[in-house]
Amino acid sequence: MTQGGPPEDRMPDKGYPEWFERVTGVGSSIGQAMVVPVLAFLTALIIGGVIIILTDLDTLRLYGESPGEAAKESIIGVWEAYKALFLGAVGSPRAISDTLFSATPLILAGLAVAIGFRAGLFNIGVNGQMLIGGMAALWIGFSFSLPMFVHITLALFAGIIGGAVWGGLAGLLKGKTGAHEVITTIMLNFIALFLIAYLLKTSFFQAVGRQDPISKVVAESARLPTLFEGGRVHIGFLVALAAVFFTYWLLFKSSIGFEFRAVGFNPDAGRYAGMSVAWIYVSVMAISGALAGIAGSNQLLGLPPYQALPGFSGTTGFDAIALALLGRSHPFGVLAAGLLFGALRAGGRSMQGLAGIPLDLVLIMQALIIVFIAAPELVRSIYRLKTPEGEEGLQLTKGWGG
Amino acid sequence: MELELRGCSKQFPGVLACDNVNFTVAEGEIVALLGENGAGKTTLMNILYGLYTPTSGMVLVDGVPVVMESPADAIAAGIGMVHQHFMLVPVFTVTENVMLGVEPVGRAGWLKQAEAADVVREISGRYNLDVDPDAMVEDLPVGVQQRVEIIKVLEREARFVVFDEPTSVLTPREVEGFFDIVRGLKEDGKGIVFISHKLSEALELADRIVIMRAGQTVAEVLPDEVSEEQLAELMVGRPVDLVVRKEVAKPEDVVLAVDGLVVLDDRNQRAVDGVSFEVRAGEIVGIAGVQGNGQTELVEAITGLRQAIAGSVSIGGTDVTQDTPRQVHKREVAHVPEDRQRSGLVLPFTVTENMVLDSYYAAPISRGVQMDWGAAKERAERLVEEYDVRTSGIDALVSTLSGGNQQKVIVAREFERDITLVIASQPTRGIDVGSIEYVHARIVEKRDAGAAVLIVSSELDEVVGLSDRVVVMFDGRIAGEFDPATATTTEIGLAMLGSEAEAS
Amino acid sequence: MTDVAVSTTEVKARTTPEQRRATIVGVILVALAAFVFWAFGLNVAGDLDSTFKLSLPTDRFQGIEWTVNTQLLGFVVAGILAFFGGVVLRRSHLKWTNRILAVGMVFFVLAFLAWAAGGKSFSLVGMLRSTVILSVPVTLGALTGLMCERVAIINIAIEGQLLTAAFVGTILGSSFGPWVGLFGALVSGAVLGAVLAVLSIKYRVDQIIAGVVINMFALGLTSFLASRVLAEAPHFNSPGRFTPWPIPILSDIPVLGPVFFDHSFFVYGMFILVVVIHFGLFYTRWGLRSRSVGEHPEAADTVGINVYRTRYRNVILGGLIAGFGGAFITLSQVPRFEENITAGIGFIGLAAMIFGRWMPFGVLGAGLVFGFARGLQTKLGILGAPIPSEFLSMTPYIITIIVVAGVVGKARPPAADGQPYIKD
Repeated sequence: MTQGGPPEDRMPDKGYPEWFERVTGVGSSIGQAMVVPVLAFLTALIIGGVIIILTDLDTLRLYGESPGEAAKESIIGVWEAYKALFLGAVGSPRAISDTLFSATPLILAGLAVAIGFRAGLFNIGVNGQMLIGGMAALWIGFSFSLPMFVHITLALFAGIIGGAVWGGLAGLLKGKTGAHEVITTIMLNFIALFLIAYLLKTSFFQAVGRQDPISKVVAESARLPTLFEGGRVHIGFLVALAAVFFTYWLLFKSSIGFEFRAVGFNPDAGRYAGMSVAWIYVSVMAISGALAGIAGSNQLLGLPPYQALPGFSGTTGFDAIALALLGRSHPFGVLAAGLLFGALRAGGRSMQGLAGIPLDLVLIMQALIIVFIAAPELVRSIYRLKTPEGEEGLQLTKGWGG
Repeated sequence: MELELRGCSKQFPGVLACDNVNFTVAEGEIVALLGENGAGKTTLMNILYGLYTPTSGMVLVDGVPVVMESPADAIAAGIGMVHQHFMLVPVFTVTENVMLGVEPVGRAGWLKQAEAADVVREISGRYNLDVDPDAMVEDLPVGVQQRVEIIKVLEREARFVVFDEPTSVLTPREVEGFFDIVRGLKEDGKGIVFISHKLSEALELADRIVIMRAGQTVAEVLPDEVSEEQLAELMVGRPVDLVVRKEVAKPEDVVLAVDGLVVLDDRNQRAVDGVSFEVRAGEIVGIAGVQGNGQTELVEAITGLRQAIAGSVSIGGTDVTQDTPRQVHKREVAHVPEDRQRSGLVLPFTVTENMVLDSYYAAPISRGVQMDWGAAKERAERLVEEYDVRTSGIDALVSTLSGGNQQKVIVAREFERDITLVIASQPTRGIDVGSIEYVHARIVEKRDAGAAVLIVSSELDEVVGLSDRVVVMFDGRIAGEFDPATATTTEIGLAMLGSEAEAS
Repeated sequence: MTDVAVSTTEVKARTTPEQRRATIVGVILVALAAFVFWAFGLNVAGDLDSTFKLSLPTDRFQGIEWTVNTQLLGFVVAGILAFFGGVVLRRSHLKWTNRILAVGMVFFVLAFLAWAAGGKSFSLVGMLRSTVILSVPVTLGALTGLMCERVAIINIAIEGQLLTAAFVGTILGSSFGPWVGLFGALVSGAVLGAVLAVLSIKYRVDQIIAGVVINMFALGLTSFLASRVLAEAPHFNSPGRFTPWPIPILSDIPVLGPVFFDHSFFVYGMFILVVVIHFGLFYTRWGLRSRSVGEHPEAADTVGINVYRTRYRNVILGGLIAGFGGAFITLSQVPRFEENITAGIGFIGLAAMIFGRWMPFGVLGAGLVFGFARGLQTKLGILGAPIPSEFLSMTPYIITIIVVAGVVGKARPPAADGQPYIKD
C-alpha cells in the first residue's frame, strides 16, 4: 500500500521488495549485510548469558549471603557454559566433526525453508516432511539387503519422494484452493507426528520383540558411512553440500528458479507472463519437502542406533526457519548459518553435559537471532547504529487470502 | 475566511515533492490545482489535510498558523477532503462510514444507529445527493460512493473541501451532476479546491487555476484568460501537441474476433455480458468507457487470464477461448497490462530480468532448463537503448525507474517480436507527458507495420485521439460504435452512460 | 460488423464456484451415506443395542438413558445422509449447503458413536460435557486471534501466549494461590501480545515471523525453566485448582445442566466473552472503529482514528484473553505444568477462528467442534473402539485443513489482514 512517499507515481513504490532486501541483502554491501547478523549473534549470546545467571538458583541464593562470591560464581557459570560451548564446537577435530555432523540436517532443512521463502512460501512443515521422508528411507533401509552404493541411493531417493509428497500436498492445497501454507504445513506436521507414532506400533515397522514404539534397525548396507575414523560426520554432509550447489543453480541459473523467484515476488505478474502459479507452488513445496526428506533420512541412516523413535525430527523444522533468515535465503548463506548452528548444537550438547545448561537455551538464542534479523532496527537502536536509507523490516505475509 | 499554505516544502527520500509552495483558497471560491502526474498536487493537499507533515512551511487558517499533525486537526480546523481513492470501508453501510470517527453514542459507547442515519438523510436531502443510509457501500456505484464521501465531509461541518481527481471515475453525465453539487457547495459559502489533470474541467468549473510543475507553483491564471493549449504548456513546460499525429488507417483482414463473450468477475457477476466485435490488421480499435464496465475482464478473457463462461475469442481465425496466457502470447500477441506494477513487472527484479519475463523459457534466453544470462543481458541492453529507457543500468531494480520508463520496459518487451495483435490497456495511465507521446507513437508504428491494435482507456481524449474506430462499453455490453473523426463528445458520452437507471 | 445485441452462439456455461462446492459436498454426503450403510448398518450384528447415558452419577435426576438398536440407527442415518446429499446435489438451495452439511455431520457422528458403543453403554452427557470443557482453550485462543485479526494483525503466537500463561500461572499459583496465578497468566498473555504488537507495528517485522519467533521463544524459555527450575523445585509446580461452580437450579436440569451449568468459571467466562465481544464489535463505537482499522486503515486514519493505538490496544486485549486460556489449562484442567503442555492448541484455535469466519459466535461453534474431536479420542479409547488413538488425534488437524481449503466455502478475513499500516 502507500509507502512513506509521494502518492503520484514517481519513484520507488517498491512493491514487495523490503523483505527481499532483508532476506537477500541486495542493495547493501557485504559489510553492511554482515553487521546485523554478527551483532544479532553477539546480542543473543549476551542475553543467553543473562538467562543463565538468572536461573542458577543456587548462586542466586548466595547473593543474599555474600554478593561478591555470588557475582564471581555467576560469571564463572557463564564462562564455563560458553567455554564448553566453544570447545564442544571447534575445540578439537572431534568437535569439528561433531559440528559438521550436527550441521548436516540443519543445512538441508534450511535450504528447504529458503527455497520456499524465495517463492514467497512459508514452509513451516519441515518437521513433518522430515518424518515422512525419513520413514520412507527407513523402510528401504531395513527391508532390503543390497550393495551399499545401491542401497543408500535407493534409501535417499525414497526419502526424497516421501518428503516431496508431504510438502507437495501443502503446495497443492495452496495452488488449488488458496489454503495458506502456514496453517496447512503446521497441521501436516501434527498429522505426520501421529502417523509415525502409529506406524511405529505396527508390526511392519516395529522392531521385533519390542513393545515400545521403535522401528526396526537399518541394515548395515544402508547406513551412511563416516568420513573419518572416530568422527561422527558422514557422507550425509557431502550430500548437504551437493544440495547447496544444486539449490544455487536451481534458483539463479535455471529457468525454473526464475519462475520461482518471479512468483515469489509477484504472482500476478507471473500469471500474466504465462507461468502456472498453482504448479509452481506445488513444485516449490515438493522440492522443499524433498530437501527436508533428505534431512529426515539423514537422521535415521546416519546416526546410531539407526532406528526411528517418535518425533525423531526434533525441532529442526523451526531451527531451519532461523537458518533461512540468517542466511538471507541464499544457499551459501544457509550453508554458513547451518555451520554456525551446527556449532551451537555440538557445543550445546557439551554445554549441557559439562556445565549442566539445558539445550533449550540454544532454542532461545535462535529465537532471539531471528528477531534481530527480522527487525534490524532493534539491533541498530540497541547499538545506536544508523539505518541505511529506505530500509524496512522483513515482510512476507500477504494475509490468509492466498 | 481564508486558508493558506505558506512556504510549504516536503522532502521524501530522494524526491522533493513540494518546493516552497504558496497557496490560498477563500471561502466561496473554487480553485483548481492543475499539474501532471508527479507535480506535487496531492502531496500539497495531503499536507493541508494533516496526512503529511511539511518539511518546512506552515498552514494558516484565517491568518492563524495551525499545527496539522493528523487529519483530526484538519477536521477540527474545518477542512475536509474527498480522496481520489475513496476512503470508504466497503463492508460498512453508508451510515457507518459517515459516522466513523464522530459516532453518536450512548452508554458504554453503544452506537446510536438511527440517529446517525437521520443525519445522513438530512444532509443528503439538503444538497440533493440522494443517498440511502442503509446501503452497503461496496454495492453502490462509484458515482454514489463519491457522494457518500461528500456527505462525510459535510457532516463534519467543513468550511473548505478538497477534491482529489474527483472526476476520474465518473461518466460525463455524472461529471455534470458533480459540478452542480460543487457549485451548490460554493453558494453555501464553502471554499473548494479541486485537483485535476483535466484541463477542460478546470476551465469550466474553477474561479481560479493554479498550476504546479515539479513541486513548484508555476502559474496562477483565470479561466477566462487561457486556452487548453496554454494550460497544457504551463503544466509541462513546453509546447504540447494535444493531438496524436497519424495517417488514415488501411485495415485489412480480421485478426481478432470476439463473439458473444460472457465473462464473470471476481464476485460472480456478469462483467462482460455478450460482447462481439472485430479488430482488423492495420487498424486501432479503442474501447472507451469509465473503468468498471467490464473492460478489465474483457481484456483478461482475451489474453487468457480469465475464463469466459460463454462465447468465443479467435485470433487469426483460430479459436483461442480456452488458451492459457502463454499460448495466447505465442500467437504473436503483445499485451500491455492495465496495472503495470501488479501484472506487468516484477518490481524487485532487475531491468534485465523483467525484459525476459516473457521469453525466459525458450531459446535464445534459455537452453532447456539452464538460463543463458549473457543472452538475456544482451537483449536487455539492446532494448534499453532502442526504446530510450532511462535507467542507471540493466542491473538496476525496475522499481527505481519512473512510471514512464517502467512502461517503456513493458512496451519494449512486448513489441520486440513479430506481432499481429496488440492489446494495450490504460497504456498511459500515471506516466509523464513525454512518455505518453512515446508510447502513442510506438502504438501507431505497430499499426502501420500491419498489426491489429486494441486499446482500452478511460481517458476519452486518448481513445478518440488514437483510435480509428471507437467502441463504447457500458455495463458489460457494447453501447455504441463511433468514427472518432466525426462523432462528438456528447454522443460518445451518452453511450458511455447506457441505461438511465444506473447513471443517477 | 459490430453487434450490439447478445450473440446467440451456444452457451458453454461453466459452473460457479458455489455450484462446484455444492457438488463436492453432495457427493461427500452420498458417499458417507453409503459408508454408514455398510459400516454402521450391514456390518453390525442385528441384535446389538447401544445405550446412551444422558445423566451423570452426580446428577440430581438419575437414570435417563436412550437405548437404540445399533444397526437400525445406522440404516436410518444412512437414509438421512443420502437424502441430504440428494438435496444438496440438486443445487436448488445453494445457501443451505453448509447448514445441511453441518446437520449431516451431526447425524454421522451419532451413528459413529452408536457403532463404537455397540453392545455397551456410553455416557453421551459426559461426552458433551467434556466437549465444552475441551473447547475452552481452543475458543479462547480463537477469540485472541479474532481480536487481533479484526484490526488486521495476524497472530500466530497464540500458542506461545497460551504456553507462557500456563507456565506463569503455575509458578505464581504455586507460590501465592490460584487467583494470583490467574492474574499473572493474564499479564503474561498481555505482555506477549504487546511484544507482537511492537514487533509488527513499530518495527514492521513480518507478522508471521514475529508470531513464529514468539512461539519459539516461549517454548524454549518455558522448557528451559521447567527443566532447570521446576525439576529442582517441584513445589513451584503445584498450583491450586479452581473448582467448578455449579449454577444453582440450572445445573439440575437433565442433560443441559451438567453440560452447560456445572463448570469452573473459566467456561462461563468463555461464553460471556463470546457474547461481550460480539456485541462490542458490532454495536459499539469501539467495535466500529476497530473493524474499520482492520478493513481499511487508511479510511480510519483519514477520519482521525489512531490506527496504531487501536491495534496496540486490541492486540493486548487479545493477549489478556490468551492469558485467560493459558490459566485455564494449568489452573483448572490439569493442575501442573509440563513441557509443551499446549501441544499445538493455539494453532487449532487459529483454525477455529477461520472456521468461525472471524465472528465470535462462529468461533464458539468451531471451538465446540474441535473440543468434541479432542474428547472423542479419549472416550473411544475407553470404549475400546477398534480405531487407533493416533488417527483420532489427527482429526482436529485434518478438519482444519479441510476448513482452510475452503470446502466450507471461502471466508473473507478483514481486508487489511497482515499488512502493516505505513504513515508518513
